[in-house]
Amino acid sequence: MSLIDLANPTRFLALSARVLPWLAAATIILLGIGLYQSALAPDDYQQGATVKIMFIHVPNAWLSMFVWGVMSVASLGTLVWRHPLADVAAKAAAPIGASFTFLALLTGSLWGRPMWGTYWEWDARLTSVLILFLMYLGLMALWRAVEDPSRAARAAAVLTLVGALNLPIIKFSVDWWNTLHQPASVMRMGGSTLDKAFLIPLLVMAVAFTLLFVTLHLAAMRNEILRRRVRSLQMMQASRVAFSSEVGTGSRQESASKGAA
Amino acid sequence: MTALSALIRRDIRIALRVGGGALIGVLFFLTVVVLMPFAVGPDLALLSRLGPAILWLGALLASLLTLDRLFMADHEDGSLDLITMSRTPLELACAAKALAHWLAAGLPLIVATPVLGLLLNLDMVATGAVALTLLAGTPALTFTGMIGAALAVTLHRGGLLMAVLVLPLSIPVLIFGVAASQAAITGPLSFGAPFSILCALSLVSLVIGPFAAAASLKHGLD
Amino acid sequence: MNGLVPVKMELAGRGITCVRGGREVFSGLDFEAASGEAVAVVGRNGSGKTSLLRLIAGLLVPAGGTIVLDGGDADMTLPEQCHYLGHRDALKPALSVAENLSFWAEFLGGERCDATDSLATVGLDHATDLPASFLSAGQRRRLSLARLLTVRRPIWLLDEPTTALDAAGQDMFGTLMRDHLARGGMIIAAIHGPLGIDARELRIGGAA
Repeated sequence: MSLIDLANPTRFLALSARVLPWLAAATIILLGIGLYQSALAPDDYQQGATVKIMFIHVPNAWLSMFVWGVMSVASLGTLVWRHPLADVAAKAAAPIGASFTFLALLTGSLWGRPMWGTYWEWDARLTSVLILFLMYLGLMALWRAVEDPSRAARAAAVLTLVGALNLPIIKFSVDWWNTLHQPASVMRMGGSTLDKAFLIPLLVMAVAFTLLFVTLHLAAMRNEILRRRVRSLQMMQASRVAFSSEVGTGSRQESASKGAA
Repeated sequence: MTALSALIRRDIRIALRVGGGALIGVLFFLTVVVLMPFAVGPDLALLSRLGPAILWLGALLASLLTLDRLFMADHEDGSLDLITMSRTPLELACAAKALAHWLAAGLPLIVATPVLGLLLNLDMVATGAVALTLLAGTPALTFTGMIGAALAVTLHRGGLLMAVLVLPLSIPVLIFGVAASQAAITGPLSFGAPFSILCALSLVSLVIGPFAAAASLKHGLD
Repeated sequence: MNGLVPVKMELAGRGITCVRGGREVFSGLDFEAASGEAVAVVGRNGSGKTSLLRLIAGLLVPAGGTIVLDGGDADMTLPEQCHYLGHRDALKPALSVAENLSFWAEFLGGERCDATDSLATVGLDHATDLPASFLSAGQRRRLSLARLLTVRRPIWLLDEPTTALDAAGQDMFGTLMRDHLARGGMIIAAIHGPLGIDARELRIGGAA
């Protein structure tokens, strides 16, 4: 199985149909294990039971960045290698990435309520994730704004790569801005001293969420391919209708179709 | 070289003539800044504290709005086709166009800053600091915004969509621009650190902008 | 002005496929053109005449096939040796006639002729300092033709070049094209009506 075989959308559809059930099953099993372990994990001596939001929050935050990385690779595929599946992959990933980012924001804000006494704090991490969320939404707006997918694909690819270059700069700026305005740190997470009892469920959840992304992404790519096929079939139909009305006013074709009706 | 200077001279000339957008940008800048006291109240102490931020936001919006048609006009009249076909690399042509735009629309903003500083109760030092940070930072705004202008050609539409795409990318410039001005006015940080980072951002965008814009234009030809 | 040494050039396209907006415009198209020769591209609306010119000009990327130029300047790409005269005039209404022309002369570079001479040739010498926005459609076309004369390029890609030109203008343009061919130039023109000079016909998209 080489990359060339995968380049063929039909081949991709067949292969992904075979892989998807297994992936979905693995995702469900791992998610189950992860949730069970998270529930069993001890309460934090400072934060109490609220620390359990971490097991959802951290994987979402991790995926919010990972998905942009996936889209960047796909964008290179569009611009450099002109791989036929690359822009399908990029387009399908954007809404999923946006959802993970949104969940990271939501869980972060819910976590912040007992920690900070407020749902939103202009904390450096949350602010960076919020900007990332805005960029995801912008990218989705761009995909929606253009009728022709191949045009949108190239524009989105340029924007994704520019975003990938800019995200570290934005992260750095926001950190700097945050230390400037909030000298006292609001929250220090466990950091390196994260206990094993937390670490293992967290890793399981991270893997489970990554699998969840792969599953959703494959399914979304299949949908996108099928959607484009429908579109090109419609275009073929439209051009056939236009052609027959252009050529055959009262010609054989029309009388034949009338006869058939 | 003659090709690039010809392009710069042409773009500046068009921007300054009837129908050009250079002076509208300054007017927009002025209007936004004048609008601010109506939102936050005419308290001079508050205005002078918010002054750098207001001026920076105004400059950011003004430079973005005038950038919208940077490539669109050339695309519509067919000039962009000839520029793409020419012996000048498209990246250099893009950089030249952005430079021309900055000279025609960015510099006037900086010239207008002292006048607006008076309205916002900024003293000489503060006004000078804001003008200096704008001088160092607006090239970054132009060269990042240029990417949006090139995407507008690919997508056949500009306006709000472009603003939504480009504004998040200009957050670092805004942060360090305002921080450097504030540092010069109130401290306690040194002016040097954020200002050097601001210059670095401009230099980085000078490299990334033309390449991204040219890539977008090349792939968006139709 | 006569520094152009006639070099034998041959432009050949093999099996070109053009896809635009997910729709195949034409496929497997072969063509050739040689220096001193004019090719008239004909076909019904939407058959891809403009697309073919833009493919040669490098403004579109072919979905398949190759376009090769033999015997041109080896240091330059094919688009860099072409003049493209499209539907749009590439003129800035805010600039004067002379400014428009001198900008393209400086920007495009390469071997040049005097801009005033070319303006006189196309019959616009009386309007040199007028803004281009004052010109009529025919006059704008004449100004575009002056660009082809001022900057030398061996290959002219013309998209319906005679639209908006009056009878005298078409005669003048015919002479210009014959001169260009006589100097060893090459012309590929997409047309609906007569081109005004002898040209080999290249029909695309089947019979009209």
